[in-house]
Amino acid sequence: MLSEGGSFMKGMAMGAIFCLGLSLFGTFSPATEHGPGEHHHHHVKAPSKDELTRLSDSHVLELVNQVRVSCIIMVQPKILVYWATALDTWSKHCDKAVFYTSESSKALEAVDLNEEDDWARLRKALKHAYENAGDLRWFFVAKATTFAIIENLKHLVLTKDPEEPFYLGNAMKSGELEYVAYESGIVLSYEALKRLVNVLEDEEKCPERGHALWTMSEDKQLAVCLKYTGVFAENGEDSHGKGLFNSKSVDSLITDSMRDNPTNVVEGCCSDLAVTFNGMSPNQMQVMMFGVYRLRPYGHDFHDLLVFQPPEGSDND
Amino acid sequence: MKNLTSNFIFTTGLLMGFFCLHFLLDSNSIKGKRGHFIKHDHHHAVKNQAATVKSNGTIRILCWIMTMPKYLETRTQHVRATWAKHCDRVLYMSSKSTDFPTVGLNVSEGRENLYWKTIRAFQFLHQHHMHDMDWFLKADDDTFVVMENLRHTLSRFDTEKPWYLGRRFAPFIKKGYMSGGAGYVLSKEALRRFTTGFQTGKCTHFSAIEDMALGKCMETMEVELGDTRDEKGRQTFHPFPLDHYVIRTPPRRRPWFMIYDFYTPIEGPGCCSDFAVSFHYIRPPQMYVLEYLTHHLRAYGYRYRYHPDDKTKSNTTEHVEVQSPT
Repeated sequence: MLSEGGSFMKGMAMGAIFCLGLSLFGTFSPATEHGPGEHHHHHVKAPSKDELTRLSDSHVLELVNQVRVSCIIMVQPKILVYWATALDTWSKHCDKAVFYTSESSKALEAVDLNEEDDWARLRKALKHAYENAGDLRWFFVAKATTFAIIENLKHLVLTKDPEEPFYLGNAMKSGELEYVAYESGIVLSYEALKRLVNVLEDEEKCPERGHALWTMSEDKQLAVCLKYTGVFAENGEDSHGKGLFNSKSVDSLITDSMRDNPTNVVEGCCSDLAVTFNGMSPNQMQVMMFGVYRLRPYGHDFHDLLVFQPPEGSDND
Repeated sequence: MKNLTSNFIFTTGLLMGFFCLHFLLDSNSIKGKRGHFIKHDHHHAVKNQAATVKSNGTIRILCWIMTMPKYLETRTQHVRATWAKHCDRVLYMSSKSTDFPTVGLNVSEGRENLYWKTIRAFQFLHQHHMHDMDWFLKADDDTFVVMENLRHTLSRFDTEKPWYLGRRFAPFIKKGYMSGGAGYVLSKEALRRFTTGFQTGKCTHFSAIEDMALGKCMETMEVELGDTRDEKGRQTFHPFPLDHYVIRTPPRRRPWFMIYDFYTPIEGPGCCSDFAVSFHYIRPPQMYVLEYLTHHLRAYGYRYRYHPDDKTKSNTTEHVEVQSPT
């Protein structure tokens, strides 16, 4: 009887050690704080009205004060007008906005990374943003040719913990690799950026110049590096499952919808809380500022559960 | 036999130890907020409705759209699918009556007949809708109108008084006239006077330029031209699309498309009211784009800078405020 008890205890001990071994090895989920089935879905949804209502006012206030976004905006002298437009339009809604350029140019005020290679430049920009993060915990990376609505970005990540690795945007698939498309903006939590900056040092996993035979676009390179750190691309969606990060312009999406949903063009098009659009001209971006931050039907109240104040010293929003 | 039992007990122990520790480690991971505010909500999507304030029951607006048979498919159907739904009553005026449905005015198409169409249209409205409508909006099939904002603009005018409202142009008529493309509105009294003018011969078809000619009749019949700009002096009716006005430009002489403006136009972000009423030269894709921008796309929680009076203020106590971005 005792020997049987002994063998039971031996079994238990072995089982426990086996379990511990697996979790430490990192390929098993229990010890790595994943929510049930989180990564299998590969999408992150904005909080619904119900979810926010369930939180106390003080909790919401805390979340709102913590969700501060550092914008990393990539420019080049050849798209100078986009730099000026981003500066005058959507970037004003970031808590901090820094422009990074490939080369210096007299009219362009940006951090000169002095780097022609797109991937190398992105690496440098992200490293710089991380080193100068201050107390900002969310990072939004976009080219100056993208248009963004930062309030909707904040709403998307409002209840997410930036100490968890998040890598969000318009998630696309290239073979086995799931990555966030550059054109529609990339969102990184502090933890994701921290892990990225660390793995950037690893020339094996995350080479700066890439393999000589082929070069992947920098957004795919980013996904590869992040994957090594256990961070995976996730699609940013509203509470109804509609994508929030758009690789096309509003006009283009509407035209598509006229073709695909002729009887329900607007509802079948884009989310009310879209975060980004791509392929819009500088003039269209100015029009968007009016359309998003000013134009509205008199008398409508959305009963939003929190308030984002307009930026200081701005006259087009 | 003993070995088998022993193995069995060992295996049981193995499994127990494994799952015990698994459970222990898993329960420690619950402290992370991640995943717990996100419910993978596969319920049927709740319609994202703005809490629409019930439109003021006492202001009934009839919209009449100046159109023609060849544009019904390419333009007018998109008006019908977008903003026309918000009119209390909408009539599509054309040369021929169809199942669209259009009202046949018995006037040929063509630029020379535009004012005849307008005269016949208003006579029709006077005959059939004086009793059930308060204001009469004329729009083109390439005009986009934000009916809620029109309603708001009209609320400060008395429909029993002779009012003629829209985007005021200065030339040709002493007190000016309203742009046809931007859409203009007649009060009940103004419509009465217009009809009387033609009955008595005081107003005639002296020109085919419908908006200017109508302005002449309004002047003859002593109808007042209202100022539809908002409290900040920004325009509400626009004879061109938004990008003609809102783009920043260095100070310059008035561009050609603003030459007619009665009130000095402002260029750049200060041009246009938040509660803009109309835009013109809007092709179908742009109709839907404007519909999306006006009624759908927004910045969550954004506190608008412009709050004239406001019913929305009563809800601010529910809101949790945050610092503005610096």
